[in-house]
Amino acid sequence: MAEITLSINNVNITVPQGTTVLEAAGQAGVFIPTFCHDPELTNFGACRMCVVEIEGLRSLSASCVTNATEGMVVHTDSPAVQEARKTILELLLANHPLDCLTCGRSGDCRLQDYAYLYGVKTGSFEGERHSYPLEDDNPFIVRDLNKCILCGKCVRACAEIQGNSILDFAYRGFDVKVAPAMDVSLKASDCVFCGNCVAMCPVGALQEKGLRSAAPTWEVRKVKTTCPYCGTGCSFELNVKGNKVVGVTSCDGDVNGRTLCVKGRFGYGFIHHPDRLTTPLIKKNGVFKEASWEEAIKLVAQKLGRIKAKHSSDALAVLSSARCTNEENYLLQKFTRAVLGTNNIDHCARL
Amino acid sequence: MTNSIDEISGADFILAIGTNTTEAHPIISLKIKKAQRQGATLVVVDPRRTELAERADQHMQLKPGSDIALLNALAQVIIAEDLWDKDFVAGRTEDFAAFKEVVAQYPPELAEQITGLPADMIREVARGYARACKATILYTMGVTQHICGTHNVLAVANLAMLCGQIGKESSGVNPLRGQNNVQGACDMGALPGVFTGYQAVTAADQRAKFAGAWRVAELPGRPGLTVGEMFDKAGTGEVRGMYIMGENPVLSDPDSNHVVHALEKLDFLVVQDIFLTETAALGDVILPAASFAEKDGTFSNTERRVQRVRKAIDPVGSAWADWQIICTIATAMGYPMQYATASDIFDEMAALTPSYGGISYARLEQGGIQWPCPHTGHPGTAYLHKDNFSRGPGKFNPVVYVPPAELPDAGYPLLLSTGRRYFHYHTGTMTRRTGALEVHYGTEYLEINQADAAALGITDGDIAQVSSRRGLVKVEARISKVVPQGLVFTSFHFPEVAINKLTNPAQDMVSKIPELKVCAVKVEKAC
Repeated sequence: MAEITLSINNVNITVPQGTTVLEAAGQAGVFIPTFCHDPELTNFGACRMCVVEIEGLRSLSASCVTNATEGMVVHTDSPAVQEARKTILELLLANHPLDCLTCGRSGDCRLQDYAYLYGVKTGSFEGERHSYPLEDDNPFIVRDLNKCILCGKCVRACAEIQGNSILDFAYRGFDVKVAPAMDVSLKASDCVFCGNCVAMCPVGALQEKGLRSAAPTWEVRKVKTTCPYCGTGCSFELNVKGNKVVGVTSCDGDVNGRTLCVKGRFGYGFIHHPDRLTTPLIKKNGVFKEASWEEAIKLVAQKLGRIKAKHSSDALAVLSSARCTNEENYLLQKFTRAVLGTNNIDHCARL
Repeated sequence: MTNSIDEISGADFILAIGTNTTEAHPIISLKIKKAQRQGATLVVVDPRRTELAERADQHMQLKPGSDIALLNALAQVIIAEDLWDKDFVAGRTEDFAAFKEVVAQYPPELAEQITGLPADMIREVARGYARACKATILYTMGVTQHICGTHNVLAVANLAMLCGQIGKESSGVNPLRGQNNVQGACDMGALPGVFTGYQAVTAADQRAKFAGAWRVAELPGRPGLTVGEMFDKAGTGEVRGMYIMGENPVLSDPDSNHVVHALEKLDFLVVQDIFLTETAALGDVILPAASFAEKDGTFSNTERRVQRVRKAIDPVGSAWADWQIICTIATAMGYPMQYATASDIFDEMAALTPSYGGISYARLEQGGIQWPCPHTGHPGTAYLHKDNFSRGPGKFNPVVYVPPAELPDAGYPLLLSTGRRYFHYHTGTMTRRTGALEVHYGTEYLEINQADAAALGITDGDIAQVSSRRGLVKVEARISKVVPQGLVFTSFHFPEVAINKLTNPAQDMVSKIPELKVCAVKVEKAC
């Protein structure tokens, strides 16, 4: 493929033809802020946050939809660029509820990050404000369209990644909003609540219901792990506050990238469910009684040992688990074969 | 899977058989959708009109259990029209002549009678599959949970070899496995006939290797019992004690009443789980285990990718990680079993398992690795059978169509099939306790075709009584176009609708998989 060389902030960089200015800047290690751009989605060019100054062009260009060309001279942080970005932020903040003190996305919000970066405290413009009701009639996702900046990432994520096209822009002008067909709630639509739109949302318009009400972002520790449901093996991050799992967020999984399904993203509640078994139980006269580990282990060892001695090793059988780890399955078959002395071990692979 | 999940999006022809991918493997379905956006042809073979079937270029809505007739007819067309890959068949396979002879008996017109699919549709799909650059076959339990499940898989493999649609990127035979670590549990030797990495217990040298590593004098050489056989032998008193870790056969296995009777008959049952499941309730001792969030380890996914599970929190209450419980019991039985970390267990396993030999926790920090990975410098294997099959030449195993074990009759005139729903998982032990999934999808229903419902006087929302020769359940009826006339469907996620009381434990002779996809039932409006 043909290559071209351009200058970004007075440094030359060579990239393949067809590379956007935004991508070229990324390769050169130059940061350009974006709201509506995501490498996994089609380029939209809506938010204009990524504008740059290109010598010889009359106006600033959105770098996400401008292809780099041979000899192009780009400035990503010139006074004109800074001024434009500030104005964009001021316009966005003019119609944004500044409730960052209690917003679940505070600390994980691009609007907040860029307002800080460019020193924009409030909107400099006065005008009409949206006052949409909060949509929280489903157990997974809270939609607050007052916080929506219309970047359209959710629309594209639903169409281009999930392939369901539940969301699109509705209405015109000031009234433009993202909505399912006929402007119903997500619950009333065909939404499958994968939350892949939530993972893309750069602000607080789409939030995970449980997670964002459980802890401020800065109190949460993230631990990357593998989903416990189907055999796909999606990676995600468990969000932990203290010793409690409070939610799941996307990370860059080998298999799934940032996508998850409803079970992976919202099915973590069982971990702390009150029905969890927390102590060994021994059945006495048909009723389970709490027992110590010592007592329970001793009884199990005795009973298994007695059946092996009295009958035979093959009078014992073990079911291992497709839900447990490799290490545990390895150990249980080792235990079955080496300690119990039988090959009577199986699991539910056929179900 | 012979291929990687991501390779699905690179296929130009996808034949999805008996897989409700958008519901049971949602993230894999995204790869199918991506392939379609890039121009791939999608053919879905399923008795139900699932979401994936709705999206398909061709929905082959065959009669349940007629897969072999279809697959053989596809092969017949491909041979008759001279579309097969002669180089691949000559260079990579054996026993083609026998296969050719058998499939010759399955012209599309015969298959039409058995499957209910138009002969021309079968011809068109056969041509599409054979002519594709990269055709891939995806399947799940819709193929395997039949008395001829093994033969169904062989028919799939025959078709792939006939067209050389295997052993290359984005092209192969891809079973999508249903549980997070079902691949790993098999790889780890949690099967009656094999040690880790499918090393046979019947092979003296393998037994000697493991006995040496485990420091025992000898290991049993006779293959053990499969799940179904365990319950049969528990029923007859030959099996006296069972240790069940993290499984709920009372809900998941066919003919639940039989399973319950068998477990009740045991002298001793110990169940290790995170919840008091329907199975645990029958136990004599219950050991509280840690969930996936509370322990370190690895899972192996359906594409053979070994990935880390990381401890995020301490175990709840006084639960222990399953591996710690096993070690303690083994030690109490006079076999000292001690490991400082899960990583130490993995290392011991990897040293005994050639396909895992090059994998370690240190390497997994950089990302998952797909086995076979025989040494530490090996990058892992994205797709299998590139230059040769495991046994050398790929063997054509001709198979013939046999009908399901139990078909509808006058007494039980409808056919019941079971499967999964998007919002729930397996026996629902976890998904009905999330505070979210069960709130959104709280009750199960029976899909029934309008014609059947009308004949039975059932309207949407009525409670239907569904019974088979083995049991009955009551469930809300929902009139649905997903199922054709004569077929009803529900899931096995809900104990209130314990549908496995009805299902047929008739098994495949080879794999011992039960025929959960087909049994005869009677549906009535409940009073």
